[in-house]
Amino acid sequence: MYRSHVLVCGGTGCTSSGSRRIIEKLKKEIKAQGLKEEVGVVQTGCFGLCALGPIMIVYPEGSFYSMVQEDDIPEIVSEHLLKGRVVKRLLYDETTKTEDILPLNETTFYKKQKRVALRNCGVINPENIEEYIGTGGYEALGIVLTEKKPEDVIQILLDSGLRGRGGAGFPTGLKWKFAADNDAEQKYVCCNADEGDPGAFMDRSVLEGDPHVVLEAMAIAGYAIGASQGYIYVRAEYPIAVKRLEIAIGQAREYGLLGKDIFSSGFDFDIQLRLGAGAFVCGEETALMTSIEGNRGEPRPRPPFPAVKGLFQRPTILNNVETYANIPQIIVKGPQWFASMGTEKSKGTKVFALGGKINNTGLVEIPMGTTLREIVEEIGGGIPGDKKFKAAQTGGPSGGCIPAEHFDVPIDYDNLLAIGSMMGSGGLIVMDEDNCMVDIAKFFLEFTVDESCGKCTPCRVGTRRMLEILEKITKGQAVLEDLDKLEELCYHLKSNSLCALGQTAPNPVLSTLRYFREEYVAHIVDKRCPAGVCKALLQYRIDADKCKGCTLCARVCPADAITGSVKEPHMINPEKCVKCGACMEKCRFGAIYKE
Amino acid sequence: MKSLEELRAIREKMQGKVGVRTENEGQTRVIVGMATCGIASGARPVLTALSDAVQEQGLLNINVTQTGCIGLCQYEPIVEVLEPGKEKVTYVKMTPEKAMEVLRMHLLDGQVVTKYTLGAAKRGTE
Repeated sequence: MYRSHVLVCGGTGCTSSGSRRIIEKLKKEIKAQGLKEEVGVVQTGCFGLCALGPIMIVYPEGSFYSMVQEDDIPEIVSEHLLKGRVVKRLLYDETTKTEDILPLNETTFYKKQKRVALRNCGVINPENIEEYIGTGGYEALGIVLTEKKPEDVIQILLDSGLRGRGGAGFPTGLKWKFAADNDAEQKYVCCNADEGDPGAFMDRSVLEGDPHVVLEAMAIAGYAIGASQGYIYVRAEYPIAVKRLEIAIGQAREYGLLGKDIFSSGFDFDIQLRLGAGAFVCGEETALMTSIEGNRGEPRPRPPFPAVKGLFQRPTILNNVETYANIPQIIVKGPQWFASMGTEKSKGTKVFALGGKINNTGLVEIPMGTTLREIVEEIGGGIPGDKKFKAAQTGGPSGGCIPAEHFDVPIDYDNLLAIGSMMGSGGLIVMDEDNCMVDIAKFFLEFTVDESCGKCTPCRVGTRRMLEILEKITKGQAVLEDLDKLEELCYHLKSNSLCALGQTAPNPVLSTLRYFREEYVAHIVDKRCPAGVCKALLQYRIDADKCKGCTLCARVCPADAITGSVKEPHMINPEKCVKCGACMEKCRFGAIYKE
Repeated sequence: MKSLEELRAIREKMQGKVGVRTENEGQTRVIVGMATCGIASGARPVLTALSDAVQEQGLLNINVTQTGCIGLCQYEPIVEVLEPGKEKVTYVKMTPEKAMEVLRMHLLDGQVVTKYTLGAAKRGTE
């Protein structure tokens, strides 16, 4: 029995900033100071505030140490863990502003959050099934198997209003009902853990921080639709998630929570992992199933829908990791509890991965209906360097941007669609005035061109042609007619592509055209990039009045494009300049500017 | 897993342990002085005894923490009990046995163990 628990984040973010070494050092130091019997070190999943990693929380005090360094460990152990004196200078800044240390759930980052899907992330050791059970885990499965009929389970989900968290927002209960209504000897339950949107990492964090919740929910799904086999399709690029899933499946089998005759109910269910090789299209449901079958991951036409003919031609349901993470609590706490959160048509909470130009990059879970302003300015801590908010991109390559004028729109599935974006899996990339919207659209198109599987022509050829037009625009070689052509291609792709990859690929272009058309026009007509990003349209110049002739710029220039003698104003030769920006970065007098 | 009872037995066993990792407003805080003076006069066994007992019995509304020097070194080991909305009670010269008595009588039954309080100790020396 430990009197003090030291929780260290073992998610991907903190692991890459060295949390494993911190854990080793902690254990060594605790042993050296004779506290081994009193203080326990627990490696948990993600706490969410990835920007400040590695993160460490000491309970029962709830002291939140951020950006912990190995060298700080001896002090934390001897002062805090042994003598009970919290090392204030190493705590998260915001908690030490007043005399009393501010509890974590009252900081601006956590105050407005409501953790449902992430409730165990950063609380339990994901590699210990008993800790999951200790926070109420597998209770829902037990209740379902011993007290509920399959149709009751589906009704609970329908009543809760839960919609798919993978992006499209299809009602989960309805999906299950379709699969349950189809009679077949063998059915399948699949989990989509092929998180591919650039900037999205909420599924990874759930798998890393609370893998059992997914297993439990899949078993519940199996019971509800009459399936005995589940598959989790997870990216091989998520090694920590894969390892913890393997451990979790092993432990669940050992405890009889997967396998034969679970809770003596006669219900059998088992789960296998399938590792994806990282193709974006395999996040599309039919392509994912084709890939599990052992074929090349390409989508197939729908109908027939997976609920009728899915994996191995059998009725199948496929849900996203975050969707599953909500289900056990809906069963235990009841559908009314879940439906009490959120907006009229979007119930519950949503996890967003905050990234881009924002202070608190990390993972946040908020009730549906929270506004973008609250997310960016309060939870996200605003934009670094006092820059102005320009737009937020949601839904990755399938979504669109939300401009500043929609800063106060409550975020839910329907509102986002109405303003030309989509929920997507929940990546939220914040952009400031230094981001060029044409360049952003081009970035996402480059991604879809790479990731198009090539099966259908509109997507294979269409995305490529669109990218070519965008490249022309960013190089200043386009004419205004190209914009019409670009838009026409967008609508063509939307209506003719086989799967969601192609159908949604034009969204980043369409939404930037809708809200930032003048930026496209500036590139085409004025041959100018207003944000100063598109290199072909930029000129670096030296302000002769400010230049002191220190020669530093000439020395750092990799292309020998800068000439001038000592103590005389220098000049940049535009013919030679490669526009790397090294001179501007190094100039101590602010004499170099771009236009 | 054969039954819900079996699952709930594991949960109860683990609950106290995992429950340490929460903070809530309504909790009673039990604070043990663990500066050099406290440790030298035996605060560590007092702290571990309290912490173990609270976790074993799954008392989620009690938060056992430590603090530095309270400033009354001659009375160490000191245990302070802070119940929401009530006056702080300071117990002095604690041992694990006395601490268990405090846990039973004060924290569970609501009866302050007057004989171990600072007030009683002061009166005794006068």
